[in-house]
Amino acid sequence: MPSYILEMRDITKTFPGVKALSNVNLKVEEGEIHAICGENGAGKSTLMKVLSGVYPSGDYEGQIIYRGQECHFRGIHDSEEKGIVIIHQELALVPMLSIAENIFLGNEHAKFGVIDWGANEKRTRALLKKVGLSEDPNTLITNIGTGKQQLVEIAKALSKEVELLILDEPTASLSEKDSQALLDLLLEFKREGITSIIISHKLNEINRVADHVTVIRDGRTIETLDRSEISEDRIITSMVGRSLEDRYPPRDPKIGEVFFEVKNWSVYHPLHADRQVIKNINLNVRKGEVVGIAGLMGAGRTEFAMSLFGRSYGRKITGEVELHGKPVDVSTVGKAVKQGLAYVTEDRKVFGLNLIEDIKNNITIANLKGVSTNGVINDLRELDVANEYRSKTNIRSPSVYQKTGNLSGGNQQKVVLSKWLFANPEVLILDEPTRGIDVGAKYEIYTIIARLAAEGRAIIVISSEMPELLGISDRIYVMNEGAIVGEMPASEASQEKIMRAIVRGEGKAA
Amino acid sequence: MSTDIAPNPQTGVATDIPAGTRVPVSSFVSNLREYGLILALIAIMVFFQLTTGTLFKPVNLSNLVQQNSFIIVMALGMLLVIVSGHIDLSVGSVAGFIGALAAMMMVIWPLGGFFANPLVVAILCLVVGGAIGAAQGYWIAYHRIPSFIVTLAGMLVFRGLCQGLLGGGSSVGPLPDSFKALSSGFLPEVLGTWVLIPPTVNAAGKTVFGSGITLNLTTLLLGIVAVLAYAISGLRARRTREKHGYEAEPFALFVVKTIVISALALFFVYQFAVYRGFPIVLVVMGILVAIFVFITRHTTIGRRVYAMGGNIKAAQLSGIKTERLTLLVFINMGVLSALGGLIIAARLGQAVPAAGLGSELDVIAAVFIGGASAMGGVGQVISTVVGGFIMGVMNNGMSIMGVNVDWQQVVKGLVLLGAVVFDVYNKNKG
Repeated sequence: MPSYILEMRDITKTFPGVKALSNVNLKVEEGEIHAICGENGAGKSTLMKVLSGVYPSGDYEGQIIYRGQECHFRGIHDSEEKGIVIIHQELALVPMLSIAENIFLGNEHAKFGVIDWGANEKRTRALLKKVGLSEDPNTLITNIGTGKQQLVEIAKALSKEVELLILDEPTASLSEKDSQALLDLLLEFKREGITSIIISHKLNEINRVADHVTVIRDGRTIETLDRSEISEDRIITSMVGRSLEDRYPPRDPKIGEVFFEVKNWSVYHPLHADRQVIKNINLNVRKGEVVGIAGLMGAGRTEFAMSLFGRSYGRKITGEVELHGKPVDVSTVGKAVKQGLAYVTEDRKVFGLNLIEDIKNNITIANLKGVSTNGVINDLRELDVANEYRSKTNIRSPSVYQKTGNLSGGNQQKVVLSKWLFANPEVLILDEPTRGIDVGAKYEIYTIIARLAAEGRAIIVISSEMPELLGISDRIYVMNEGAIVGEMPASEASQEKIMRAIVRGEGKAA
Repeated sequence: MSTDIAPNPQTGVATDIPAGTRVPVSSFVSNLREYGLILALIAIMVFFQLTTGTLFKPVNLSNLVQQNSFIIVMALGMLLVIVSGHIDLSVGSVAGFIGALAAMMMVIWPLGGFFANPLVVAILCLVVGGAIGAAQGYWIAYHRIPSFIVTLAGMLVFRGLCQGLLGGGSSVGPLPDSFKALSSGFLPEVLGTWVLIPPTVNAAGKTVFGSGITLNLTTLLLGIVAVLAYAISGLRARRTREKHGYEAEPFALFVVKTIVISALALFFVYQFAVYRGFPIVLVVMGILVAIFVFITRHTTIGRRVYAMGGNIKAAQLSGIKTERLTLLVFINMGVLSALGGLIIAARLGQAVPAAGLGSELDVIAAVFIGGASAMGGVGQVISTVVGGFIMGVMNNGMSIMGVNVDWQQVVKGLVLLGAVVFDVYNKNKG
């Protein structure tokens, strides 16, 4: 009989008119790594908010039993006192404060309100060493990468004498290398007796570290899988409630002549004028072709795409863009859109959507001309367009009047896609189109990409997930340190081949 | 607010409604805030009517409009400034400066003839206002200097220029009557009057002031036409919606809403008609309000301003020229500040160094009481107008009650804070 550190029994949480959780049960063993899986909107985050006291006791039904005691948390403070610490997907660090200041924010070593910086720094050094981060405690958060910021969050949790660590999508925005380091750290913690709950969409990671997996769907517990039962297929089947035969839709590519070409594209850093970010890139896409750009985080793929799209990144941009064999002017976003380019950003919340506006207004904003005459918007035409794209891309919402800020990641991504589909581009650049969205929605996005290619458009997909690139592209370019270091047909490509191109290109490109 | 959560009772999971189904969203519910604000205004008016007994008197309603129109005119520009994520602190000073400029042109400077004509002066002043807006907007839009700083500088500069232009502390006047009509004039009685109840005649053979009911026909007719146009356009919008297969709000609700609003409007039209008709400044304001409702709701440029305020990076990546748009927003603000300045000068009959002093705060308050977000991207024209009138009615009502000016400030401050707290509370709850 295993000893449970945490039991959540029959948790039911109701929002006005919605049952977000109904009779959810979760049992976490002492010292294990327990994964929670589920599609976006399944109720994972709500469950964790109940556990950490964000939704105070009395706001939900059911029991939380921690270390054999029934707990009634009235706020995060209560749960942290017991050693339960949650690290949210969106990191809660203050960018202009140092690492040390962030770790002890609200918890400083102080006498009569006067901070003892020496003690803080010493403690910080010890904590940073523990999480394997070699940075000066006085470095500002804004000057370190996301991967390191995640480690600072974990160090912060450790400073609170954590016994149960909850991580909500910790690797969603980390590179492969940083993700591995983070998972290793979790395994290290496990050896030290710290229990972890990890929410993740990355099934290979779960496969690697988790002792148990609890799958949640539609606000209900579906099942808890044992280590021996964990497999990607099994989890997916359980998550979506049906088996996904194939993770990528079948395609029958009809590839025509080259119609989009970039020649000798070079870009310098916007702030450091002598740092060349993009080095002489040559690339082409054929009609009906899906071209992938692989590379590690920081390879310059997003910078390349944004500099192409109306010089939205960098300066001293040189090079030529040709469409149908003729050079075209894409020096502003407006001109790029007019020439038939569209760029679907990797960061939909920052660059893609107006979160306080509804679906309708977000879909039409890049092509208002398409719903207006002489600058006057035709409301009904706009409504028709919004509804048309809502059903085309299968956006799940009660109506097109739903604010995009309230949609799940997958549905938000579909709104961004709809916006650019309505602009009717010939060349569509998709930057990390499936980041942070669940398996079901991913499949729908792939289907849309396949359909767009079949319509004879040229598609460029930038992705850090190599299986995805291999699954949906016809041809793959490999980028590293701002240069193209490899090109291969998808049929001949493999994860190993791509990695080899990156490693070989290392040093050569610099 | 009302569209935030859409539960599916079967599965109990939010936002899990199959794509393609059309769920009606009643414009009534989505505009609940707007109606709530109008109700608040009416409640405040009724309160002052009960305590003072004079608020709804025709002569007082005319005063109310004439005293507050400049705030509302400037608030229309300020709404766009705030929606686009900026602020303009200079509007009071710019208004004062333009008033001084107009007075100098008409009274002091020997321009003569064409250039002293009030209409020509007014047009030139609006152009100068636009140029001032452009000068400030240029730094904000193209050099990314925070609007707070630029317009704080503008506030000092134009107050200084206003006082300098008037030669220190003196005031310049009197202004020509034809110019003063902008603020204190009434629509001419082209159609004559209609004596409903003849005024009582006293023993001396003179009519008793204020007795009897004489209606201004021009005003009455204009008012009725406007109300009819409102009802018919509402009906037509419903019909086209239904023709395209979209459900409109329940018909009964629509009828009740239209009747209530029309009745209210007709009540005020009647009050103006029994006095001296519509004040000219009310007509100017009404036309401007209609134009800005149209711009914000139905034009691409309006939509782009909201998109820019909501997320400027996403707007830029959608091909919106945010720099030019910001410049336009500030040019518009400059023109409306100039108009505000002309209205102030016309009401006072002269230009004074303190004209418009502190009015930027009333203007900004009107926009925020109207529910605009300080973060940008949110705000409605009608709500802003109602917000402006809430401030105005409180000024007016408290003055009639004899409340000390000091305490009036305190109450106005608390109302502003209360309105915004209410908004934020509601948003968090939704």
